[in-house]
Formats: sequence, C-alpha cells, structure tokens
Amino acid sequence: MSSKAKKMIRLGGILVSGVFVLYGVVRGEAGIVLNKAVNICFECIGLG
Amino acid sequence: MKHSIKRKLVQVAAFGYSNPYLMNFKGGKLYQGKWKQFCNPGLNCYSCPAAAFACPIGALQAVNGSANFKLSFYVVGILLAFGVLLGRAVCGWLCPFGLLQELIHKIPSPKLKLKKAFLYLKYVVLVVFVIVLPIAVTDYMGMGKPAFCQYICPAGTLEGGVPLLLSHQALRQTIGSLFTLKVAILIGTVIGCVLVYRFFCKALCPLGAIYGLLNKISIYGLKVDEHKCINCGKCRQICRMEVDPVRATDSAECIRCGECAKACPEGAICVGFAAEGRKSERQPL
Ligand code: SF4
Ligand code: SF4
Repeated sequence: MSSKAKKMIRLGGILVSGVFVLYGVVRGEAGIVLNKAVNICFECIGLG
Repeated sequence: MKHSIKRKLVQVAAFGYSNPYLMNFKGGKLYQGKWKQFCNPGLNCYSCPAAAFACPIGALQAVNGSANFKLSFYVVGILLAFGVLLGRAVCGWLCPFGLLQELIHKIPSPKLKLKKAFLYLKYVVLVVFVIVLPIAVTDYMGMGKPAFCQYICPAGTLEGGVPLLLSHQALRQTIGSLFTLKVAILIGTVIGCVLVYRFFCKALCPLGAIYGLLNKISIYGLKVDEHKCINCGKCRQICRMEVDPVRATDSAECIRCGECAKACPEGAICVGFAAEGRKSERQPL
C-alpha cells in the first residue's frame, strides 16, 4: 500500500471513529457501558 | 536506559492507571465513578475491584447485546481510534493482561513456539463470541449475553472472579459448572503462558485480533530500510511474537515492542510514530 493511500485511510479512520463515538454518546451508549461497568458482571466472573 | 526496561516501565504505568483503586480489593467493591464509561485501550476486566475504566471487549458485547442497540458505534469508534493511532502497540506497551502474561512467562520451564494454525483462533473467537452470539442469542426481552466474558475470558476470572469470590461469601455459594469451566480455561491459559510467550495474545484475544488487523494502517508502525538491511536474520530470531519484520512489516502479530530494532546490527529497523516517513536514527552496531 502506498504511503499516500495509508495516510488517506488513517485520516478517514480517525474521522469515522470521531463520528461513531459522538453518535454513540448521543444515542446513550456511554450510559449502557457505564451501567455495565460499575456493577459486578456475573458473566465476567464466571457466575452468570 | 535499556529499551526493554523502558517498555516495562510504560507497561507498569499503564497497569497502574488502569487499576488504581487497590483499596477496593479489601471490601470486594467496584469503582463506580464516571471514568468507567470510557474504555481502556487494553484488556482489563471492569469487574476487577481496582479497575478505573471499562473493558472494550466487555463494553462492545454489553451494547451489542442490549435491548435497544445491535451495534455499538461508541465502542467501535473508540477501538478504531486506538487502532488507527497505535495498532498492536497497545498490546506491546499498554495492555495490563499483556504485562501479566509476560511476567507469567518468566516462570522457568521449557519454552515452546505456537503452531501457526492457532494464530487464527482469535479471529474465530472475535466473530463468534464477541459479535455473533451476543447479537443473535437473545432472551425474551431481546437482550444477549456477553458470550466471550461468560465462556472464555481468563482476565475476567483472574481479575474479577477470584478477588470478588474471595471477599463475598454469598457469591461463593452460587458457584456452579460455569465457574469450573472458566477456572479450567484460566489454568490452561496460565500454563500456556508459562510455555509460550503471550499464549493468550497469540491464540485467543479478540482485542489483539482487532488491533492486529489495524496494524496495516496504524500511525505507530514499523519500517525496514531495505538499503541498510543485510538479511542477517537477527530481528527474526529475537522476535518472541514469531514475526519476520523484514518480510512482514505490517504483520498482525507484531506488538511493536521494538526488540527487533534494537537487535539489528545495521540500524535498519525503525519502530514508532509515522515510522515509514522516518529514517532510522540508530547507527550500525
Ligand atoms: S492481545 Fe489482548 S491480552 Fe494480549 S496484549 Fe493485546 S489486548 Fe492485551
Ligand atoms: S517484529 Fe519487532 S517490534 Fe514486532 S513483535 Fe517482533 S520484535 Fe517486536
């Protein structure tokens, strides 16, 4: 892959990641993550 | 300072910022602050009492398996950002479970190489347990279970399961066959890591699989100057991820540890940010 193509893909990747994160936050996904992470996850510890 | 010591210090610092709440081990509590909505770049169970952030693989399954959403743009966006920026340098420098595996590998024993076929297993784990099962197998409310956490993740058993069960008698009474399976996987992983350098990273980690795919485009990369390289093979011999950096600079297995660059007698290898645009500053040994 040429270095110019790589640079374009990187730029695209960073832009897409920013849009994805913002869209996810707006529709409330960060809240789901927080809720899962602050409570004991019974699946993670092998009980769920 | 020696390169390997520098890397170890960064790994220890990353372990520390990922798990600063050590006092929580005493009461078996979890940190419940706002930082937990952010994902750690590396694999670190959010049910570990000391953890400050969410595990990205757990978070991905949690949103994908939720009643309202079938794809987490939030977590995919975070993973894409870490991957484009660092690729598997996350594994080599920042992942707490990667550091644990390197320490376990120091236990004296015969050291083995992993058969190449096992390297593909982590992609199967990613597709089946992290993506398909949490989305496809749902209960009457439309909610899926985090199948990777539930049936495989040894980090969850070690960092979350063992300390929480030790500190909660009520939880201990609910131990069943699932916990036995997870302990067996944990024991198998520990034995694997004693024998094979980063056994779990090579064979099973879905996060390593994602970052490995992004190694091809990541800004933190590896470059070999073909004018300087004399094909002595020293880089290939020193690489404990069994990569030949001359033939496969973008290998999905390369964790960008930089050991090959230090071993090259001609200073032909450059590992770092935007490596392809840089000349190796190192002179021949
Ligand atoms: S492969 Fe997984 S466990 Fe290994 S260092 Fe990378 S993220 Fe961590
Ligand atoms: S190729 Fe070099 S940087 Fe990559 S894992 Fe092997 S020794 Fe480390």
